[in-house]
Amino acid sequence: MKSAKKFGAGILVLLVIAVFLAIWVVLPWPGIVVLAVVLALWMALTRRGRQTWEVTKVGLATLTQRLGSSSVIVVGIAGVVGVLVAMLAMSEGFAETLRSTGNDHTAIVLRGGSQAELNSILDRDSANVVMQGPGVKKDASGKPIASGELVVVANLPRKGDPNSDSNVPIRGVSEDVWALRDQVKIIEGRTFKPGLRELIVGKGAKAQFEGLDVGKSIRLAGQTWTVVGAFESHDALESELWGDTQSVASAYRRGSSVQSVTVLLDSPKAFDAFKANLVADPRLKVDVTTTREYFSKQSEGLTKVLRAVGITVGIIMAIGAVFGALNTMFAAIQARAREIATLRAIGFRGVPVVVSVMLETMLLALLGGAIGAGIVWIIFNGYTASTLGANFSQVVFRFHVSGELLWTGIKWALAIGFIGGLFPALRAARVPVTTALREL
Amino acid sequence: MKYLHLIWAALFRRKARTFFTLISILAAFLLFGMLDATRAAFSSGDTVIGVDRLITSSRYSIIQSLPASLATRIEAIPGVKSVGYANWFGGIYQDPKNFVLSFAVSDNYIDIYQEIELAPEQRKAYENTRTGAIVGEPLAKRFGWKIGDKVPLQSTIFPQRNGDKTWPFDIVGIYKAAKGAANGTDQQFFFHHKYFEDANAFQSIGTTVGWYAVKLTSPDQADRVAKAIDALSANSDHETKTQTEQAFNASFAKQLGDIGLIVSAIMGAVFFTLILLTGNTMAQAVRERTNELAVLKTIGFSSQSVLCMVLAEGVLLLVLGGVLGLGLAGVLVPIVAKGSGGMLNLPPIGTQTWILGIVLMLVIGAIVGVLPAIRAMRLNIVDALAGR
Repeated sequence: MKSAKKFGAGILVLLVIAVFLAIWVVLPWPGIVVLAVVLALWMALTRRGRQTWEVTKVGLATLTQRLGSSSVIVVGIAGVVGVLVAMLAMSEGFAETLRSTGNDHTAIVLRGGSQAELNSILDRDSANVVMQGPGVKKDASGKPIASGELVVVANLPRKGDPNSDSNVPIRGVSEDVWALRDQVKIIEGRTFKPGLRELIVGKGAKAQFEGLDVGKSIRLAGQTWTVVGAFESHDALESELWGDTQSVASAYRRGSSVQSVTVLLDSPKAFDAFKANLVADPRLKVDVTTTREYFSKQSEGLTKVLRAVGITVGIIMAIGAVFGALNTMFAAIQARAREIATLRAIGFRGVPVVVSVMLETMLLALLGGAIGAGIVWIIFNGYTASTLGANFSQVVFRFHVSGELLWTGIKWALAIGFIGGLFPALRAARVPVTTALREL
Repeated sequence: MKYLHLIWAALFRRKARTFFTLISILAAFLLFGMLDATRAAFSSGDTVIGVDRLITSSRYSIIQSLPASLATRIEAIPGVKSVGYANWFGGIYQDPKNFVLSFAVSDNYIDIYQEIELAPEQRKAYENTRTGAIVGEPLAKRFGWKIGDKVPLQSTIFPQRNGDKTWPFDIVGIYKAAKGAANGTDQQFFFHHKYFEDANAFQSIGTTVGWYAVKLTSPDQADRVAKAIDALSANSDHETKTQTEQAFNASFAKQLGDIGLIVSAIMGAVFFTLILLTGNTMAQAVRERTNELAVLKTIGFSSQSVLCMVLAEGVLLLVLGGVLGLGLAGVLVPIVAKGSGGMLNLPPIGTQTWILGIVLMLVIGAIVGVLPAIRAMRLNIVDALAGR
């Protein structure tokens, strides 16, 4: 009978944890604020609550005597939250860089089944048909605003590693590009002149790769090109070098063909008609997507992998941290066993004891979470990295430690604290008073 | 060794605490095993196979092809045994998600890559079938391909002459990768360059190749031959860059990102926490046992043996948890690799990982044991027994 009761209690605790975690995962931040307020009110207004507060105060006051073991909780949870937030910030940063590259009012047209610009090819005639499609915005002189583009890849050394080769994308663009991609601004020097072997470099590429300062020359396809300017756009385009389509095409012997055509649409609503028209055109076999969809898709795979890795690593580390916290808190309630037993002997009930131990653990966890998330925010927010993207070339992106991620980190910390504190708290409330008083 | 039962008893004096600590250690080493496998998956490895191979590609960029005429000129360089070539096909099977690492290769390519182990009769069938293709065993398994199957691959780059981008292939061979081959060797799809040239809509493709694989007569010729190959096309519009296969793979892996650095950073954080956590447990355990240690000393154990016993306790704790963790990683890694459907090509936990792991266990064990051990060694019997 007794063991059955114990078993039932164990199941109950596990259920409580499962329910707690389930609610916790979906709870938005206002929910937690409400919880905190309710807890504070309970502690201020009810008798039990005030008792809880008194017990908690004793626990916190004696914390300094257990500095070493308490720091295990703080550091352990800081580690979990730090690694988790850093991995998610990487994933988020990459996704965001690509997502913001595209929008709904421009569309990109590639040869059917190409998936990336690098694989695509469109001859001059097809490109012209695309540009004349319905819904393409015309400029003052009635010419469609569109850019036939080429993307080629060049080997350039990474900064500080002159022997390395990185695939850097070089995009040949037409003059309309400034109207198409209005987020791009020249921040240094001037833009390239059509027909000349001149390049402008993205801010990200300039920072990551060697020899891209304005005024310098680089060798591409056996020819010398001059860097005449630098641009910023706060998206994936910053990883690229831009030149005139004709110049790039002649250097890489592409004739009059292009790889993609990007057009400015009258409005996002014009896209469906534009797409339907091109798909139905028997002269063409093309894929039409909005630039937002095209670039978002490129980040999908890597973002998912990074998220999965981050969360897997986070979970394994969290398991370690939970057991670390359990150890610490069991030791803590043992050190305070007599004191807690005395409290219970003079009439304090179980609830204040349980809540106060949990509160102490969760406060330590909160501190750990804040430290971990804070360190990551200081070090990694805006940290620049690059990886191989869809065009077989480097995409420079920035880690983005958003408020939401920091919040995720804190949530994890509190969840670890909850589980790590629950078992010791129950034990503290359950040990028979007489046994505890007699103990050492 | 004769004190083992004593150390064991001390370790499990408080079962719950030791159990919790063990799980923390287990988690840390499980992570170590899995992350090290990830790192290994992206590094070219230190395989001995392939040290006698060079890769010649365009100096300017990976997407630029080289003239096919270079083959005979490379062959003429002393120290070169044979020259193969390959082209990137960029194949997908049925769905864009099913990317297949597919290459159009010269006929001698599978001789140059001896780690591709193909049964002689399949080899013969491959030679005799124009549209024949050979695939690695895990790749065949992933898509359920069998010998004799007709498999259509869609190229993301090359249409056929009739404009169709779907190329039919006959699976005529399924190969295994030899032991020690680079990770991912058995995930590839090879077919005849001749078929690729003949059926290709880009007619000029026959005069170009993507890159050359050069087999040397001996690995120590590598530097000289590489320089000689690059000299062939110096100052032309198709300058080459020749490097050992390992360097080629390494530079490629590096472009994905410094995975080694990320792994080291995570493991640094994990092990730092672990040291703090177990160190704290050990200190607690020894503090609790002050009395017992004093008794041990009283009945004649020397200070050194007490030091060793506490130190050994720390090491034993780490080794127990660590071995369990790495063992669990050994079980989980193949499952994860399988579950990812070929996306994540994790190699099984190798000897090197085990050696590094065990060294880490010993070192961390010693670190967490040393302070409590010194404390135990310096213990003054009288003070300890008096509870001072």
